[in-house]
Amino acid sequence: MTPTLTIDQQTIPITGERNLLELIRKANIELPTFCYHSELSVYGACRLCIVHVEGRGLLSACSTLPQADMVVKTQTQEIRNMRQIIVELLLARHDQSCTTCPKSSNCQLQDLAQKLGIKTNRFKLRPNSFPIDESSDALVRDPNKCVLCGDCVRICSEIQSVGAIDFANRGSAAMVMPCFGKDLSKGECVYCGQCARVCPTGAITIKSEVEKVWGLLDDPRSFVIAHIAPAVRVALGEAFGFESGQQTVGQIIAALRLLGFDKVYDTAFTADLTVIEESTEFISRLEQGGPLPQFTSCCPAWVRFVEQFYPEFNKNLSSCRSPQQMFGSLAKSLIPSQINRDRKDVKVVSIMPCTAKKTEAHRSEFITGGERDTDYVITTQELIRMIKQAGIRFGELESGSFDMPLGFKSGAGVIFGSSGGVSEAVLRYVVNKSIDFLEVRGIDGLRETSIMHEGREIRLAVVSGLHQARLLLERIKKKEVIYDLIEVMACPGGCIGGAGQPVYHDESSRKKRAKGLYENDRTMELHCAQENPYVQELYTTMLENPGSKKAHSLLHTRYKNRKRNIGEDITISAASENRKVEITICFGTHCFQKGAQTLTRQLSDYLHINQLNRWVEIKASFCYEKCQKGPLVKIDSQVIEQATMDKIVSQLLMILKV
Amino acid sequence: MKKSAFRKFDKVCDILALHKLNPARLIPILQAVQEEYRYLPEEIIAFIASSLHVPAAKVYGVATFYSHFTLKPKGKYVFKVCDGTACHVKRSMGILDAIREKLKLKEGESTTLDLLFTVETVSCLGACGIAPVLVVNEDVHGQMTPEKTVILIDHILQKEATHE
Amino acid sequence: MNNQSFIDSTLNVIQAEYEKQIQLLTHRITICAGTGCVANGSLKVFDAFRTQLNQRQLLVSLILKDEQRSTYLSKSGCQGFCQIGPLITIDPGNIFYTAVSENDVDEIIEKTILKGEFVDRLLYKDAFTGQRCTCAHDITFYKKQQRFVLEKCGKINPDDIREYIYHEGYRAAAKACQELSDIEICSFILESGLRGRGGGGFPTGLKWELTRKQVSDNKFIICNGDEGDPGAFMDRSVMEGNPHGVIEGIIIASKAIGAQEGYVYVRAEYPLAVRRMKKAVEDARKLGILGQHILGSDHSFDLIVMEGAGAFVCGEETALIASIEGNRGIPSPKPPFPAESGLSGKPTLINNVETFAAIPLIFNCGLEFYNALGSEKSKGTKTFALTGHVVNTGLIEVPFGTTLRHIINDIAGGVTNEDGSVSIDALKAVQIGGPSGGCLTHEHLDMPLDFDSLKSIGAMVGSGGLVVMNQSTCMVSMARFFMQFTQNESCGKCVLCREGTRQMLELLDDIVSGQATPRTLLIMEELAVAIQKGSLCGLGKTAPNPVLSMMKQFREEYEEHVIHKHCPTGQCVALVPLKIDPDMCKGCSACLHVCPVNAISGSKGKPYQIDINLCIKCRACIPICKFKAIKGA
Repeated sequence: MTPTLTIDQQTIPITGERNLLELIRKANIELPTFCYHSELSVYGACRLCIVHVEGRGLLSACSTLPQADMVVKTQTQEIRNMRQIIVELLLARHDQSCTTCPKSSNCQLQDLAQKLGIKTNRFKLRPNSFPIDESSDALVRDPNKCVLCGDCVRICSEIQSVGAIDFANRGSAAMVMPCFGKDLSKGECVYCGQCARVCPTGAITIKSEVEKVWGLLDDPRSFVIAHIAPAVRVALGEAFGFESGQQTVGQIIAALRLLGFDKVYDTAFTADLTVIEESTEFISRLEQGGPLPQFTSCCPAWVRFVEQFYPEFNKNLSSCRSPQQMFGSLAKSLIPSQINRDRKDVKVVSIMPCTAKKTEAHRSEFITGGERDTDYVITTQELIRMIKQAGIRFGELESGSFDMPLGFKSGAGVIFGSSGGVSEAVLRYVVNKSIDFLEVRGIDGLRETSIMHEGREIRLAVVSGLHQARLLLERIKKKEVIYDLIEVMACPGGCIGGAGQPVYHDESSRKKRAKGLYENDRTMELHCAQENPYVQELYTTMLENPGSKKAHSLLHTRYKNRKRNIGEDITISAASENRKVEITICFGTHCFQKGAQTLTRQLSDYLHINQLNRWVEIKASFCYEKCQKGPLVKIDSQVIEQATMDKIVSQLLMILKV
Repeated sequence: MKKSAFRKFDKVCDILALHKLNPARLIPILQAVQEEYRYLPEEIIAFIASSLHVPAAKVYGVATFYSHFTLKPKGKYVFKVCDGTACHVKRSMGILDAIREKLKLKEGESTTLDLLFTVETVSCLGACGIAPVLVVNEDVHGQMTPEKTVILIDHILQKEATHE
Repeated sequence: MNNQSFIDSTLNVIQAEYEKQIQLLTHRITICAGTGCVANGSLKVFDAFRTQLNQRQLLVSLILKDEQRSTYLSKSGCQGFCQIGPLITIDPGNIFYTAVSENDVDEIIEKTILKGEFVDRLLYKDAFTGQRCTCAHDITFYKKQQRFVLEKCGKINPDDIREYIYHEGYRAAAKACQELSDIEICSFILESGLRGRGGGGFPTGLKWELTRKQVSDNKFIICNGDEGDPGAFMDRSVMEGNPHGVIEGIIIASKAIGAQEGYVYVRAEYPLAVRRMKKAVEDARKLGILGQHILGSDHSFDLIVMEGAGAFVCGEETALIASIEGNRGIPSPKPPFPAESGLSGKPTLINNVETFAAIPLIFNCGLEFYNALGSEKSKGTKTFALTGHVVNTGLIEVPFGTTLRHIINDIAGGVTNEDGSVSIDALKAVQIGGPSGGCLTHEHLDMPLDFDSLKSIGAMVGSGGLVVMNQSTCMVSMARFFMQFTQNESCGKCVLCREGTRQMLELLDDIVSGQATPRTLLIMEELAVAIQKGSLCGLGKTAPNPVLSMMKQFREEYEEHVIHKHCPTGQCVALVPLKIDPDMCKGCSACLHVCPVNAISGSKGKPYQIDINLCIKCRACIPICKFKAIKGA
């Protein structure tokens, strides 16, 4: 017999729930909580989910194991009092400007205060007034609205394994902040925005570009183009009473037209293009023997993650730009001549499920002639706000249709929005057939499959969530696994779970959105990118062949080593002369173990004895990505591999002589 | 000077090696580094974080959680006035006031501009039997009074003056 | 190698050698080198003895060696009576000198060492009898105690493992490792009735059994030496005075639960305890008492001494684990309990220093003896750090069930008034259990102190701080002091503790500054109860205890502050009556207009007056006065 327990007089079976909170939800009671997320570890800090367990008193439901025959009460005067005190305590420290907060009407604290009927606060109001961090292009951090639930900290470390933000200080001085309390843009953030997604209040929000887009739309000189990413169309409707996953692309197009966009295109068009470019690159890597595995590069948070934490894998990233950036570059080279306007008059606004896309648009590689290829990126949430602001009755709109040709796509481009979609699209290209690869669909952390191609097995892996990606990279480094193609999306579930989407609280809405995309693919005429006639035409008229020089200049990019972007190299011994030689010694783990320290010591002694100190500066740095050839020492710009004192000294003397 | 800057960095490497680059040893590592530098310089925290493959934000979080870590240089003489219960009931705060007044420290300041003195309170040094207690660097002074404290500071100032 | 042979080959050999060396001694001078005596200059006394004995060409040994007849100059851990330190003991004769300075050394050598005479002025003069006491055990302070855990502290040289072994040390551990099964050890401890000395008083045997039952490839032991209560230093003294006793207890526990690795987490404010523990661990390792196949058994166990970094909350088990793992010392919700999933997710046993130190002693004295100590449900003895307004302060140990009256009157020598006079009537309250505990008053003087009796009145043993307060102490300021402490030490994780203690402090600030209304007390009580019931960890749950208990015992004093804006002890500066200095007042009437209750009267041009019965001490008049004529202490 299944064990049961009693929740507010209901008998509820215990079926392996991890904690009382989940069981109480099963009993159709929504306990308030700030710090509980089924995908994160139990934290137990907000104390809001407190319940009364007979014989044990008040316990937090999130951290209590369900036991047979427990008698649980979720509503007593004592509990109500407790919740009221907690919310009042939080409000006493909270920024008081609710009305102007971007999270207003969507804020869990506000919502709870209202539900609890809090009219006055018995405690002293002591709101913080820390500076607001607007340094990044994607996110805004307002510590004055933080309730210290730690959701952002845990998602950043547990799901994304980035750790860009953490708690600092103690007690009532405790705060969530990037390292050294610096701006977010100075740290290790990859701008996936998952922190903003889980933040119950307005402490981390998306940096809005709505005002700038309104500005463009009002400017008669601008020809404003919008393009809509696949994941947006299955989520935006949620804000207007549609079910998650329900297609509302027609209404979105109509709304964008009403807002004043001159053309509305589909990012899935350049997704098709990405499939072709990326598959071509992959096949050429297969033929030329590498470097493999090839990683997808559509996700800017993932790209930044590699550049920052695993730059040794930069070469494995596909050189293809993301669909957003392909679109910008393509649109700005095609459209001006078509409409007989200057390039600078054509403005591209992309509608994305993603916050990292905002940062991607600012990368220097994607600036042409001083102008960004993608002018502005607005997230699904921002577009919702624009629609609401304009008073458009979204649900009542007549469906519109995309402008051509950049609005045409195959199903391959559409499924990009779900984790596994890119892989499936590439596979359809490689086998040149429209078949469904169900192995790569789903929500498991790691999915894999293999196909035969020209007598060779191609091994493919799909991961979403950067922690999963990190685990995979580590296994690849240890040669525990071998793959040829790996798709990585930073957000769990892929773009449908992006931080720019309407906020969701459980996995089910993510599943529904994914289902919506695959459904869309199923009902379309074409399923393979290579079948897209407009893409074919583009190659004929402009791009020549996939992977051509022209294609490379418009659709591909390069990556940078962004490791150790906190602070500069450490100066161990400074030189006093202006004409100095700079010796930088690598102190990465490998070089450290191979004797970088001894070398530094000997060098320091040598300089001292020979009185060269004032001419030579010694610095410590991190990892030149040639770990096998360590210890590495750089003298001015010359890198010495497997450095020894002899090698260093002879090079040094040579330079000093000159 | 140059040599000593290197020595310190060299020591940090030794400390990391001694703890086998084990992130679980973060606290002893930071303690040892602070012993060397007398505080935790930012670039050294970043260096430690990179070496241990731990996010710098986490190391910063640990460094700011524990009261023994300091991110600012402290004075040559660190005065710790015990404000444990036993010392408190024996009016230890009068001693603190006397020190702050003598050193002319303003509200919110804890270190003198010449980096000679730092004044802080601690919550019980476990020497309650001889309360109230003042610790100067490692030396414990029991049964202190504001008057005795001022004399002690004068002694230090005299000693410093003759050294120079 | 079996157990018998380890005892034979190692422990017995060391014991015999040591015995021989002792026989060769002419004198032994034991100088207390606990933190208190060191602060009073005991190390200078030590050095003076060494140089002056040398000058007189008397052979001095600092380590016992079997060479020639010599005088052994030894350091000891804390002897408990820090107030009258430096303390030294001279054998033969067990002569006890107090407040010795380096200037006394010459005379001591001349008279006591060479002639066997007493230096009268250095002998302790008993406050009760007026007699000079030659030995420590003649002194009432010591005589009225029962030193069990502290027995060896202050007698043996903590840095010499051989002396610990000489006093039957490590035999209980050898027996446990070789002859007893894990189950037998656990049930022995359970039968002893020992309860955890860290605060809550959880039965130690039960905790061990819970951890023992867990199946795991590895288990850990943590000795909690993060004694953070302001006003408590029992664990420090034990670690400084008898580190091997603690290690032996840990070894027995490791065998009982099957742990291979342990940590001693010592509070950072205790550098001497860290040094002594580290040395003791090294010495034990050298003798095969820690490490692989310890004490000649097949059990392996090693210890790491880790220094805390300054966070009271790390005394909480889960926060302690987080700290050892290199994280911020933040508690996590229980369950899972450390016994199930602790350090690195493995079953972990955490006990406090005093608990571990009691283990080998219980083995050595036997169940019958131990069961007879203490009260019905709280067995054994408890150490207390006795401080505050009493004649004798220091470290004491008494059996559970002892009354407060016995401790205050007999051991502490009575309560001191501000003028120095002594009487039990001077007692206002005793704070027990530090910032997590509560306060006791006259009505509790004859209540037997143990875990349960204290709990029943809303106090707790805690780690054992006993702060005696006389009538001059303001109970609102005291509550504020404790609240300030917990507020400072809150880790900041859960809302109730982080924000709640901050608000409570604000409310108390209002009371001491005269800003409170009767509603303040109401809100404070509501909030205090919410923090008690709803906080995540023990620190939060117990943080309101001092306030609640003081409000209960001294309600009138609180109301006096709130309603009449008057502090009976005069400690709350802001509540001291305001006065207008007639010499400075120019009679401008500015104050009169700003006073919200019309408490100021007078006629223009002449000095005004404040009616203290009307004045609510809002202090609005002070800044308004250009002539600085209005004063309030």
